[in-house]
Amino acid sequence: MANPLAGVRATRHRLKETHPLSVLIAERLGLSLLLLWAVSILIFAGVEALPGDFAETYLGQSATPQAIANIRADLGLDRPITTRYFEWLGGVVQGDFGNSWASGAPVTEQITKRLGNSLFLAFFAAAISVPLAVGLGMVAVHYRNRIPDRVINVLSLAAISLPEFFIGYILIVFFAVQMGVATFPSTVYDNMSWSERLAAIALPTATLVMVVLAHMMRMTRAAIISVMSSAYMETAELKGLGAFKAIVKHAAPNAIAPIVNVVALNLAYLVVGVVVVEVVFVYPGMGQYMVDAVTVRDMPVVQACGLIFAAVYILLNMVADIVAIVANPRLRHPR
Amino acid sequence: MSDLLSVRDLRIGATIFPPGEAPMDIEIVHGVSFDLQKGKVLGLIGESGAGKSTIGLAALAYGRGGVRITGGEVLLDGQDILPLDKKGIRKIRGARVCYVAQSAAASFNPAHKLGDQVIEATVEHGLMSRDEARKRADYLFEILGLPDPKNFGNRFPHQVSGGQLQRAMTAMALCSKPELIVFDEPTTALDVTTQIDVLAAIKNAIEMTGTAALYITHDLAVVAQISDDIMVLRNGETVEYGPVQQIIENPRQEYTKALVNVRQTKQTEARDQSDALLKVENISAAYGNGVQVLHDVSLHVPRGQTLAVVGESGSGKSTLARVITGLLPPFQGSVTFGDEELSNAQKDRSRDHLRRIQLIYQMADTAMNPRQTVGQIIGRPLQFYFGKRGAERKKEVIKLLDEIEMGEAFYDRYPAELSGGQKQRVAIARALAAQPELILCDEPTSALDPLVAEGILDLLLRLQKERQVSYLFITHDIAIVRAIADSVAVMLQGKLVDFGPRSEVLNPPFDDYTDLLLKSVPEMELGWLEKVLATRKMESAGH
Repeated sequence: MANPLAGVRATRHRLKETHPLSVLIAERLGLSLLLLWAVSILIFAGVEALPGDFAETYLGQSATPQAIANIRADLGLDRPITTRYFEWLGGVVQGDFGNSWASGAPVTEQITKRLGNSLFLAFFAAAISVPLAVGLGMVAVHYRNRIPDRVINVLSLAAISLPEFFIGYILIVFFAVQMGVATFPSTVYDNMSWSERLAAIALPTATLVMVVLAHMMRMTRAAIISVMSSAYMETAELKGLGAFKAIVKHAAPNAIAPIVNVVALNLAYLVVGVVVVEVVFVYPGMGQYMVDAVTVRDMPVVQACGLIFAAVYILLNMVADIVAIVANPRLRHPR
Repeated sequence: MSDLLSVRDLRIGATIFPPGEAPMDIEIVHGVSFDLQKGKVLGLIGESGAGKSTIGLAALAYGRGGVRITGGEVLLDGQDILPLDKKGIRKIRGARVCYVAQSAAASFNPAHKLGDQVIEATVEHGLMSRDEARKRADYLFEILGLPDPKNFGNRFPHQVSGGQLQRAMTAMALCSKPELIVFDEPTTALDVTTQIDVLAAIKNAIEMTGTAALYITHDLAVVAQISDDIMVLRNGETVEYGPVQQIIENPRQEYTKALVNVRQTKQTEARDQSDALLKVENISAAYGNGVQVLHDVSLHVPRGQTLAVVGESGSGKSTLARVITGLLPPFQGSVTFGDEELSNAQKDRSRDHLRRIQLIYQMADTAMNPRQTVGQIIGRPLQFYFGKRGAERKKEVIKLLDEIEMGEAFYDRYPAELSGGQKQRVAIARALAAQPELILCDEPTSALDPLVAEGILDLLLRLQKERQVSYLFITHDIAIVRAIADSVAVMLQGKLVDFGPRSEVLNPPFDDYTDLLLKSVPEMELGWLEKVLATRKMESAGH
């Protein structure tokens, strides 16, 4: 073949015939990395385009043109943007996000702790919302178009329609201010005990749960209804199988992919969407960290946070894609 | 001999939800009775909405969707199964009475292996051990003529063809050695050459296992091959009920007579076929994935005449239509319309070229915007091609509605308020509105009941006479070809295997494939299936 690309394409085609699963998963992995790289450019360019300047903010009243130029030179901001981008990217690939301009400390070190806090919050929100959403979805299917279904639908829709900061403040007003049963602010420290920690994150967790619940619940309901109305479920019933057996053996394997998909999407939202919630509750997570860094134009921190958020989002979506691929018998067992 | 299944005055109701009105209870089966003896086959036949599937499912005490059995008795071996509780009825379903659905492709769970699904009910009901059931499944796969019966069960539904799935579903029904099987249009979705194999396999399996069967279909010729008795149903009532010979050879009711006599030749073939309106030359086309679907196809459609393109699913007939419309540009070959060569891609064609070729689809349902009224649907081409608006447009639409024998009353109706046949008529009117010279008809009658399809064909032929419009008529149904075509093109796997005037293509000497296709069409004649199978055996022995 004259065209070398044609050879590659033919190989890929052949591989796709024999190992569709591995090829598809490898493709997803490659695409995710490519996407992450593109995002890193976007983040770097976006941060560069932000109005305001670290040196000016830092120096405040005492900003003279000479002092500003000195600081810029210290930070290496006088060099061309491409040089700085590749230097930064080179560090990131090795796990080094550079030093914070504000504190001078390595970003990686600070961010690890903050990320831990955010994941802690997201984990509890997920541990409550996922089973609750799937469970409520099943209840809604069971009482389809009757009162419990409608109530679940209306309440979850109401919860999703309110912005999360609004839900947060309402919870604070009721549970922390008026009833005094919850802790506010939700700040956690290193030397806190487990029970204190859990008490501190109760309100932000509740807020997050309310935000992601409706979407997962509705998708679960839709996925199960679509599977239950398929012809093979009728076949199962006409075989004389019991309802429970039919659901476990025939409905579940086919409903998993769409449910996992929406769950992953919402898990990603839990990690990424905490920014607002953390600020409202003064919780020392990634979101709060990022917002503080933006205020003082501490660019290495902003970039690191942005990239980590993007990575989490892409990773979880990739996992969802791969689960959907693996759950599909057509891809698992080619003709 | 005592009756295995005895249905007495069966009444079935359903709740319907008319738009904008309160839910309503209606009766869809009005007191039907019949008897079926052990090992016999009763054919239930009728158009869609006749209640035949509903009656078949009642033999399993099952109502699909909002359907309820409201009265009567269903006696299985003398025991009424309607009053049974859930547990009692579960013991019957899948064990004593089994069901074979029309679409085996949808009725098998895509997530499990065929073998596991075939033996599931038998094992679940404790009738056999897993190993015994597997052995029986292998045996059934063999008598149903499935390839590599020992390993067939290890395959997933998507790994086998439609005809094989339908036979696997029959094996699933036979596995538990039931007393009765309900076959619900098991061959309707198959190609004719596949249908004949499945039909023979089912007939053979019924004879070898001695099970009784209810065989539901809308095709009288099919049911005549397999049944002992036939019941003709219409609108939930019995029209005629008797032995197969009497129904086929000596029908008493007008409706049955119409069913038996459907599809007579309607059109004498045009003598002069030299005035070509559309010429397709050396067309080869492929889809984006690199799979070539058309190989060097050349044919022409004479002006004011009908070319029928026949072939089984996957033969490339619809792709040919896509090439002619320009939706799929071919990589080789040309399309000439009148004296002009058409651009390969639809977007490069002039509005006038687009106007002169119109399309009618198989599913009128999905080819119309459900949110537009009939008036808007038919009026759109009038406005688009001729700039007609307002009262003038309305007048034209009503004229077209009269032409398709529907009338002004339908002007403000929505597609959802029309029957299948009416929708197809509206689709025809929409095509006519553009005053085309050629209409590509892509299986316009295959989703319709025989008598309704007759009406559509009559309409198309009348319009052809009045307007001198040409048709390129895509179909898999040889009977339609016989009825309306002037010339015929036979396609197989993207290649043109036969092309010429109808009298030449459909009469000896035959092309091999055309011969097979013609012999596979069920005929309204007792013993036809045996005759065909015998000839086949002789031929294969002779070779």
